[in-house]
Amino acid sequence: MSPEQFRKLIVLVAIWAALLFAPYWMAPLGGYTALATRVLVLGLAAMSLNFLLGFTGVLSFGHAAWFGLGAYGAGFTLKYLALSTPLAVVAGMLLGGLCGAILGLLLVRRRGVYFAMVTIAFGQVFYYIAFQWSSVTGGDDGLRGFARQPIDFGAFRFDILTNANAFYYFVLLCFALAVGAMGFILRSPFGRTMIAIRENERRARFLGIPIERHIWISFTLSCFFMGIAGALYALTNNFADPRGLHYSQSGDFVMMAVMGGMRSFWGPLLGAAVFVVLQDYLSSVTVNWMSFVGLLFVLVVLFFPRGLLGFFQRSKA
Amino acid sequence: MTLLLLFNITNGLIVGAFYVLMALGLSLILNLSNVINFAHGGFLVIGGYIAYALSPYVGFWGALLLAPPLTAIIGLAVERVLIRPLYGRDPLYSLLLTFGLAFMIEDGTRFIFGPQGKPVAIPPFLAQPLSNELFFITGYRLFMVAMVFVAISLLFLLLRYTRLGIRIRAGTLDLETVAALGINVRMLRSLNFAVGIFLAGLSGVLAAGQLGLEPTMGTGLLMPSFIAIIVGGIGSLPGTLAGGLLIGVASGVTAVFFPAASEAVIYVMMAVILLIRPRGLFGEEGMMT
Repeated sequence: MSPEQFRKLIVLVAIWAALLFAPYWMAPLGGYTALATRVLVLGLAAMSLNFLLGFTGVLSFGHAAWFGLGAYGAGFTLKYLALSTPLAVVAGMLLGGLCGAILGLLLVRRRGVYFAMVTIAFGQVFYYIAFQWSSVTGGDDGLRGFARQPIDFGAFRFDILTNANAFYYFVLLCFALAVGAMGFILRSPFGRTMIAIRENERRARFLGIPIERHIWISFTLSCFFMGIAGALYALTNNFADPRGLHYSQSGDFVMMAVMGGMRSFWGPLLGAAVFVVLQDYLSSVTVNWMSFVGLLFVLVVLFFPRGLLGFFQRSKA
Repeated sequence: MTLLLLFNITNGLIVGAFYVLMALGLSLILNLSNVINFAHGGFLVIGGYIAYALSPYVGFWGALLLAPPLTAIIGLAVERVLIRPLYGRDPLYSLLLTFGLAFMIEDGTRFIFGPQGKPVAIPPFLAQPLSNELFFITGYRLFMVAMVFVAISLLFLLLRYTRLGIRIRAGTLDLETVAALGINVRMLRSLNFAVGIFLAGLSGVLAAGQLGLEPTMGTGLLMPSFIAIIVGGIGSLPGTLAGGLLIGVASGVTAVFFPAASEAVIYVMMAVILLIRPRGLFGEEGMMT
């Protein structure tokens, strides 16, 4: 094993160990388990977005739409279809992913800022649907009246409804599955092709790679992952509301990815952790937290464009 | 019924005129500098509040005259300090920066002026309806439309006949060649940005007289302006003009028959147009990629 591989293994073990024991080390540091759950869910969302943004080089600024659809998918399932938490996650994933797949067909020919603009506008379509169609979605008040269900294994019962730690581990399991799938795809020849498109689209096209199809697949996969994150978010709050689909939510996701480091696999998780903790803290100390979040955006863009991980990696090199 | 329809079409045109004014500014900046200015709505708010702060001293006309250039100067400073370092980098960064800036402007105005709406007094003779029959056409509304018309005409004249305008149009097509011809591209981008912000400031003053001021008013106008640009065709200013009026009237007419969908209809229009004509109504081939 080369030193480089060994170092990577150590980092990986450290990350998973930190995640696995988060409920135990967060409490002494002044955190609480629900905060860790939020970090995990939003981190998954930011990593899903970064699957497209950082590894295919396509800027979607409307990804909150798929996140929000995932949330509503989970909510509808629990409220009207079946009292099953895993089914709710699958339903959220499918709703977000399939809608993304269909709209992706309209989007793939656009590039750069134009892609960003069209994704913002289409994301807002879903926001307005959720906002206006109040007989189904609850409108501005959000979708209420559902709750995540304990998971029954027959012999024993995993009570994720009332036990915050149990729910954290349920989220961590979903997170691990999704992140594992992402890592697996990125290591596959398809993942390498995505990176080739990011690095030089024209050259990739000359090599005979069907660019549009690859971007569409990457976009769709990213929407499916986003749907999972959204479903978990609905389960966390037992609630889904239109603000989860709004473009400002998309902006937060992009920010998490950039702040953590777009070029690294784990960067967005770090970005989400910093963002969530900071927002949690700011909104508790000042009513003008919006200004500070805005200032954070400006400062990160001007001084840390490579994100925290990128900054550390470069200063080490 | 006819009157109701007429009422809503007029409303739609007036709202559309605002979309156009916003969207033209956005479009100018987008075309030349590849920056999606999320803070454009914020500059509208700044323009409106400057007018509110000035009008007790200089009256409505003075505010109308002073607020847009003052907004443009603030825009110039913002471009110089915050946006200029980002040219040539991934457009993602300017997007995020202006996104954060929009937050700061909204929250800042709320902090300074309070969350409640503020009225801006307009001259009494403009507040009168023109006739009892057409009660909804007040002098101010006509005046607004006229102002928007004048501003747009001046903008197109500027772009068509002045040296600055010709350079902006050339830069939109091929900035590298323009730079190679010895034109100061930094200056060009700054001036172009200032023109865009001037238009935002002007719409802020005009909107303040009609609707009163709120810190969030800019955000609501931003999305329709995006759609006006997409519908009209990215890269085409006449397209933006047509797109803005079209979605304004469409949402006005929909308000008659199906009020709940009056906002959704513009998104549906965008989807339909992108399906049958991916580059937008007036967009040129190749500008979208």
